[in-house]
Amino acid sequence: MKTIKTCVTALISALLVFSPVAYADKWSDQFPHIKNTGDIPGECSYEAMSKKNYKGKTLKINTHAVPVMGEPTALHAEQFAKLTGAKVDVTHTPAGDLYAKAMVPFQAGQAPYDIVFGFSNFINDWRRYLEPVPKKYVEMKQMQDVTPSHIGVASWDGVMYQFPVDGDRHYLKYRKDVIDNPEYQKKYKADTGKELKVPTTWKEYGEMAAYFNGWDWDGDGELEYGSAEVMKKDDLMYAAFYSRSAAYSKNPKTPGGFFFDLETMTPLINNPGFVEALTDWVAATKYVPPGGINFGLGDEIGSFGGGQTLFSFSWDDAFVAAMQPDSPINNQVGAAQLPGATKVWNRKTNSWDEGFNQAPFFVWGWAVGVAKKSKEHEMAFDYLCFFANEANHQADIGIGRFGVNPFRDADFQADVWTQIGWDKDIAQSYVDTLAQMEKSKNRVFPLRVPGTFEFNAALATAAAKALAGQLSPQAALDEAAKQWNDILNRVGKDNVRKAYAVGVAMEDNKQ
Amino acid sequence: MNFKHKFVFLFPGLFVLIGILIFPIIFTIRLSLSGWNSYTPEMNFIGITNYIRLFTDDPRFWESFFRLSFLSVTTVILQYIIGFALAMMVWRDIKFKRFFRVIFLIPMMTTPVIMTVIWRTFFHESLGPVNDLLGGLGVKPILWLSDPVIAKFTVIIVEVWQWTPFMFLLLLAGLLSLPKEPFLAAAIDGASPFRKFVYVTFPLMAPISIGAIIIRLIEASKIMDTVFVLTSGGPGTATETSSFYIYIKGLREFQMGYAATLSFTYLVIMIISLTIIAKVLTKLMIKE
Repeated sequence: MKTIKTCVTALISALLVFSPVAYADKWSDQFPHIKNTGDIPGECSYEAMSKKNYKGKTLKINTHAVPVMGEPTALHAEQFAKLTGAKVDVTHTPAGDLYAKAMVPFQAGQAPYDIVFGFSNFINDWRRYLEPVPKKYVEMKQMQDVTPSHIGVASWDGVMYQFPVDGDRHYLKYRKDVIDNPEYQKKYKADTGKELKVPTTWKEYGEMAAYFNGWDWDGDGELEYGSAEVMKKDDLMYAAFYSRSAAYSKNPKTPGGFFFDLETMTPLINNPGFVEALTDWVAATKYVPPGGINFGLGDEIGSFGGGQTLFSFSWDDAFVAAMQPDSPINNQVGAAQLPGATKVWNRKTNSWDEGFNQAPFFVWGWAVGVAKKSKEHEMAFDYLCFFANEANHQADIGIGRFGVNPFRDADFQADVWTQIGWDKDIAQSYVDTLAQMEKSKNRVFPLRVPGTFEFNAALATAAAKALAGQLSPQAALDEAAKQWNDILNRVGKDNVRKAYAVGVAMEDNKQ
Repeated sequence: MNFKHKFVFLFPGLFVLIGILIFPIIFTIRLSLSGWNSYTPEMNFIGITNYIRLFTDDPRFWESFFRLSFLSVTTVILQYIIGFALAMMVWRDIKFKRFFRVIFLIPMMTTPVIMTVIWRTFFHESLGPVNDLLGGLGVKPILWLSDPVIAKFTVIIVEVWQWTPFMFLLLLAGLLSLPKEPFLAAAIDGASPFRKFVYVTFPLMAPISIGAIIIRLIEASKIMDTVFVLTSGGPGTATETSSFYIYIKGLREFQMGYAATLSFTYLVIMIISLTIIAKVLTKLMIKE
């Protein structure tokens, strides 16, 4: 009897001890996407979703084209359908059309999509058509780990309209095997008289990129180039320009607006700081790969991630793509904050302030909301919650082409990245870079005002004209500033000011 | 016959006409007098403010219009010349005539967007096979899509490749329908092939040519998919055409009222200019 008792106790103990493993295996066997972690318990885990029954219901989603965000949307839709019995229709739309694809039915009072993906700076135009995220999701455990800045991104006036699935910022990526190479350091010093190091200013970035442009510096038999950048109009190039402008124009001594002077609502985008940045950018057209002036985000990811260039700056995707095991430059890249400048424009004194200045640009990134007119709110929020559950999130952030980037405190631990094969020092430099940006007191946040799309499109068109040599940097930005004034007049200065004040308060560290 | 019965028979056609042509035009005109955009999504009335903006403060639209004129006229002229030459070639009794006729029509049967993606890959400056091939011949990489001037010609190449078969088809049909007598008379008179073409074939083909050119001009003036996929209007605004610009204003920037103004103005300009072109072509090509 005693023996039987002992055996039963041992069996029960074993079951209790090993049940999480068995539990994890159960789901990762069916869904290999989460093979590294298995299912992680939570309100929206695989286990929790498997208990929902949405049989006979259809969820319609409009998302970005494959792969960036489009691929994880489709993958998680397939998983969600298997777990809950729902039918999930996913429509893929090019980046430039995401705004209109949602806005046309929104304004017509229709809801052809239950869930719409877009960029977080659409929030001001979209929020009146979106269902606020219900309290139970806002308060759940997986949401508590989202960084305060990304909670702020997803919310307006304290109400969360967008479900956090991504966190973005621009930073510098460089080829460690070149910059840290003693032979190249010696050669660069001999040829230019300067040190080869991680560039801290845009001028240094330009000099190094020009030096390493158009020759085979990694010995792979192919030509390599200086830099890969998003320069294609209508493909988020405005964000790349703001990144280059921040160091020259975001002066911590002159709070009260980066894009506009909040008091007068005068556009600042044609001041000497922005002009200097555009002048640098025009020079950059000489050290990008052939055709680089037409690079969109996908091209930039492919170019740097494929080992074609020395530098790149934009979202995490190119870096993560470069760090994937199948990348030719796996564990040969480094991350650092965006370069700064040795001077910054002071709009109060109308002169340059000499001294080093650096300003990270938080390009908040992908955002997703549920249409107010949708009849499937519960299922839609469950899908989004499942999309961003811990197991999916950990798997997604390790795949560069997915476009899912860190936005949770847990993501800023080096261990998360070493577990997927990153070298320890690279993982550390990556998380340190992200953490430093979070801590910076001189940050720039994207424009989130009524008519955001018009402002950014006007800027992008002007900058594209300068890059193509159709206008000088000053003339191009004067043209953009004039258009910004026209848009202000159409939208109403006070409407824009009211919305812009929210972003300015964050930039000025008042929130 | 009772007069009212005629209306009964006319009504279905009239209904369709009103539904698919008159109503959209009237709606566009009304929309053009509103300030409908992302932040005021309503059919308010702002008078002719949008028209004033277009005629006094929007050089980009007019630049795109003149660019479109250049692109459409150039592509149609090239399509006409090449299409006519190909049609003349397979009109004669040559070997594998049927095979060539089918081959020449293939580009037109392909989907323009997909073919443009393939062309974009061909012309990709660092990864595309065209520059690779030229590199093998010692030619420096050509900036097919990044140089403001060359990019226009790249668009022309793709458009000519895609739509020459359409011109070829119309002109071949025209050639096959020509009467034989004038050619027999020219042969009896000992006319050379060149004189036969100049004095017999070309004049007889003039009405069909005008029709083909006008149809292609109408189509070419709507050029959008090629520009959208190949260059997105870039570099800068170097390949932006009117329809692409209207698309940007309407469906990217969501200025619906202003985009309606652009569309209606563009429609009026096209009706007037195509009428003039047709008259000029008739005068030049058809001798009484």
